[in-house]
Amino acid sequence: MKEVKVSVAYMPLVDAAPLIIAEEMGFAQTEGIALDLVAAPSWSSVRDMLAFGRVDAAHMLSPVPIALAMGLGGAATSLSTVSVLSVNGNVIGVGKPLEEKLRANGFAFDFANAKAAASALAEVCDRPLTFGVPFPFSMHVELLRYWAAGTALNNTGIAIRTVPPPLMASALAAGEVDAFCVGEPWGSVSVDAGVAALLLPAKAIWNFSPEKVLAVRTDWAETEPDLLGRLMRAVWKAGRWLAKPEVRASASDLLSRKAYLDVSAELIDRALSGQLMISSRGDHRRVDGFLEFHRGAATFPWISQARWISERLQKTHGGTVLDESTLRRVVRPDLHRQHLSIPGHDMPGASAKVEGSILAPTAVASAAGKLVLQPDGFFDGQVFDPYP
Amino acid sequence: MENSLKVVVVEQDRDRAIAIVDALNDACACDVLVIGDASALARQIAAHQPDIVLIDIDNPTRDMMEEMTLASGPLERPVAMFVSGNADGLAEAAVEAGVSAYVVDGLEPGRLKPVMDTAIARFSMVRQMREELAETRRALEERKVIDRAKGLLMKAKGIDEEAAYALLRKTAMNQGRRVADVAEALVTAAGLLG
Repeated sequence: MKEVKVSVAYMPLVDAAPLIIAEEMGFAQTEGIALDLVAAPSWSSVRDMLAFGRVDAAHMLSPVPIALAMGLGGAATSLSTVSVLSVNGNVIGVGKPLEEKLRANGFAFDFANAKAAASALAEVCDRPLTFGVPFPFSMHVELLRYWAAGTALNNTGIAIRTVPPPLMASALAAGEVDAFCVGEPWGSVSVDAGVAALLLPAKAIWNFSPEKVLAVRTDWAETEPDLLGRLMRAVWKAGRWLAKPEVRASASDLLSRKAYLDVSAELIDRALSGQLMISSRGDHRRVDGFLEFHRGAATFPWISQARWISERLQKTHGGTVLDESTLRRVVRPDLHRQHLSIPGHDMPGASAKVEGSILAPTAVASAAGKLVLQPDGFFDGQVFDPYP
Repeated sequence: MENSLKVVVVEQDRDRAIAIVDALNDACACDVLVIGDASALARQIAAHQPDIVLIDIDNPTRDMMEEMTLASGPLERPVAMFVSGNADGLAEAAVEAGVSAYVVDGLEPGRLKPVMDTAIARFSMVRQMREELAETRRALEERKVIDRAKGLLMKAKGIDEEAAYALLRKTAMNQGRRVADVAEALVTAAGLLG
């Protein structure tokens, strides 16, 4: 049987794993498709390739389709989020000068307490700290802003600057940025290069935030429902495979190949296992759920998360928060339900939840009655009710 | 009205930059500045206040440009990524050619067109050359693998080079695969078996 080619643009990051695994481990082939994976040099390039039709689908920062619909940045084509590819997985790191000041003050680098980390940072600087992030519309930016606004960092404020992660080390060295928030493997790369120490996993700010999504053109989703379904199933199965602890070594090996991430498998394994080396002195910290591809309905595109993102984008960039019907054209729990009703996949009964209200793994109403959602709390204990 | 358009080209490679500048100067009345150093991108662009910024679509520093298109960015005048909805499909042609353009809002389409046409033609040419180079490199790489596979076969089966090559070709044909792929599989397997 000849497979149908589906082209997918991605950034070479650990959280592109479900796409790479879908192709490499034969999940795509089982669905009768072959993924043509196109590595992109920048997020703007991923977005444009998708918007202008050079690819059918893309690995995308979760806020990008929402930002586009709000008229922020770039092409006017409308995109739809059909699945979440990964939950969490970013890290906040500080450059050497900040690391030394923090250590001199006795800061323990616990890699867990977001409030304490912010207080410690505020103590050692008397000007707004500049954070490098990969892209203006990203969870990196929104989580940094949310964190800074609710902590001691609010006194001086923070500045955020876009720096492509491969250039982060030189930006730190040149003093263009003091700190950064990036996805793996870039945090670990900077630790190994001896230019930074990791301060927090972004998970310490929001315990269960949608990081990358599977995005397609809205009109493509309508004209190619069959291909879309096959793509979504292949990627979902890859995420389920990735969630098995025993496959980690093989997954790290595959991702490390030259054609994909082109960094050592050991570096990738840190993100997949949640065992991170946080400083060049070799300190290790373990984070449960550092990067999720499957557990706790991780792939489900929650309307409530989309609304949180839209409101945060509006706070930063102006414009209007998307109304309910527009939001539901951009983020598609309906397509998720339609195409992923397959044996073994238990989906939540509702498409929105009060974000931040789950503090321990909790069983919820679902199709098969077996779904347990993971904690989704914010660091400040606030909740976000999408329909107040 | 200004006499000439201010165009900024973000390009690290000196020869390429010169070629683009020459082409633009021939095509239209414009004042072209080249920025090669990515770390000072924002400052330099803000200082020059261009009407158009041209940047290779494969340049990772493009994401820094995106920041400048935002209201809070360092450019005083609003700038947009050259978006779709343009009547003559200029945007699609640009993306196809590998050039991305950031254009100051309110610039007349008539003034933009010659710049874009030239940039598209120039970037297409560069892209094509780059693809040919990649193809050549890949071919060289394949040659090396095939040579190693031939060597392995010669040693293992005690045959000469011609026979080894014939065996590779025959296997590839029988399996409906490329000779290079069969050779690579053989080299990998031999590596595993030590």
